[in-house]
Amino acid sequence: MSSLMAEMGAKAMRLGIPLGAQVDLTYRCNERCVHCYLDHDDHGELTTAEVLDLLDQLADAGVFFLTLSGGEIFMRKDFFEILAHARQLLFAVKLKTNAVMIRRRQAQRIAELGVESVQISVYSHLPEVHDEITKVPGSFERTIEGARLLKSFGVKVGFATVLMKRNASDYAQVRALAKSMGIQFNVDPTITPMMDGDRTILDLNIDAAMLERVMHDPSLVDDAGEFCAPPSGPMDSEAALETLPCSAGHTACYISPYGEVYPCVQFPLASGNIRKIRFLDIWKNSPQLAQVRAIRISDLQGCSSCTHGSSCSRCPGLAFLEGNMRGPSTQDCEKSYARTGVASENLRRKNAALDRMPDAKAQLATIHWMARN
Amino acid sequence: MSETRYVARAANVAARMIGGEMMIMSGRDSSLFSLNETASTLWQAADGMTPMDQIALAICREFEIDEGTALRDLQEVAEALARHGILVLSDAPVPAAEPTKASP
Repeated sequence: MSSLMAEMGAKAMRLGIPLGAQVDLTYRCNERCVHCYLDHDDHGELTTAEVLDLLDQLADAGVFFLTLSGGEIFMRKDFFEILAHARQLLFAVKLKTNAVMIRRRQAQRIAELGVESVQISVYSHLPEVHDEITKVPGSFERTIEGARLLKSFGVKVGFATVLMKRNASDYAQVRALAKSMGIQFNVDPTITPMMDGDRTILDLNIDAAMLERVMHDPSLVDDAGEFCAPPSGPMDSEAALETLPCSAGHTACYISPYGEVYPCVQFPLASGNIRKIRFLDIWKNSPQLAQVRAIRISDLQGCSSCTHGSSCSRCPGLAFLEGNMRGPSTQDCEKSYARTGVASENLRRKNAALDRMPDAKAQLATIHWMARN
Repeated sequence: MSETRYVARAANVAARMIGGEMMIMSGRDSSLFSLNETASTLWQAADGMTPMDQIALAICREFEIDEGTALRDLQEVAEALARHGILVLSDAPVPAAEPTKASP
């Protein structure tokens, strides 16, 4: 991150400015990805006028980085009207799409409107694997063609590959494909629970051995030695009193297609609806956001004294989905373990509890086996 | 630089006033810039239709400096911002290209 970017982030934090916002324009989608955390039915999306007004409000509130996502953004017939308005308001706009509906005309318009970047989901270099995950035959070819068209008009494009059991071995080839097209690449090894809390899709997550391989892959991190170094112990107690867990609800927020404001797309704590309350009033006065903002590292139960305290990537949204926004996020504990080989306090406690209850451990193994089969 | 040159905001930039400071992101390479007062005034005035010397006059009034100094400063700033793809310099008026808005 550039120092100016860091300065701007610090200033936004100090002044309580929502520097970044993700707006999901729709949950409707033309794909049915096996790992998707969304309900794709339309339960009353914001109208065009409501979205345009929301963008005006976000600009007034100081939002600079705007991510338009879904669902699939091109399922909205008014998408380009929304995008043109967003760019007229001079947001730095990032789009997230599967690119299946991007043809020459759409690619050209995205370039003309000065979109900052487009992130495209690509799950494999093998059409059959990608299409099996999206459940749409031919989607790989159309996605790659959409990416190629965007590149031909000079748009910055990135491939995002969510790793799961089905495509765990393919990311190196997706990266090679991206490189051959002059496209950036990033990989995400975490399947997250559904927004309604359903955790069954977590079974798609890669296993511990694969997670360890990914975490130790020097091609994915700048300095694998440092990234995978043993943890340096809990955060200094004074720093822990001051340090915030992440930017969610502090300088970033998420707005659903129904106008609900949340701290982050991965943190489904409903904090107010822009159909009833102006965005800035929600941002400044929501009791839920105040609750999130009050949390310091020192408040985190089971984390503040954990040996991974200084380097943990704990996601408060995942912790919330696990039942306690002040508690640990087990998925991040597993990542810390995969990186360093050292169990977090939370993992040690869970394992000790299971060791004390051999019957429960056996039952859990049986349940896992039944769920898999 | 001739006094009849014109300056317009580039179409592919992002901009926002953050705590009283104008932040601009270049669409060319995503570089981030913080504009000082002169540059910020120039950015606000860069509608593509107002000649540079008129913008310089406005800056003279705002910052109480002489016109020659204002025009020289403006020229330097405009050329620097043009090199980064934030402004467009032209010898003729520049019609508004989307997207553009002076005060984000």
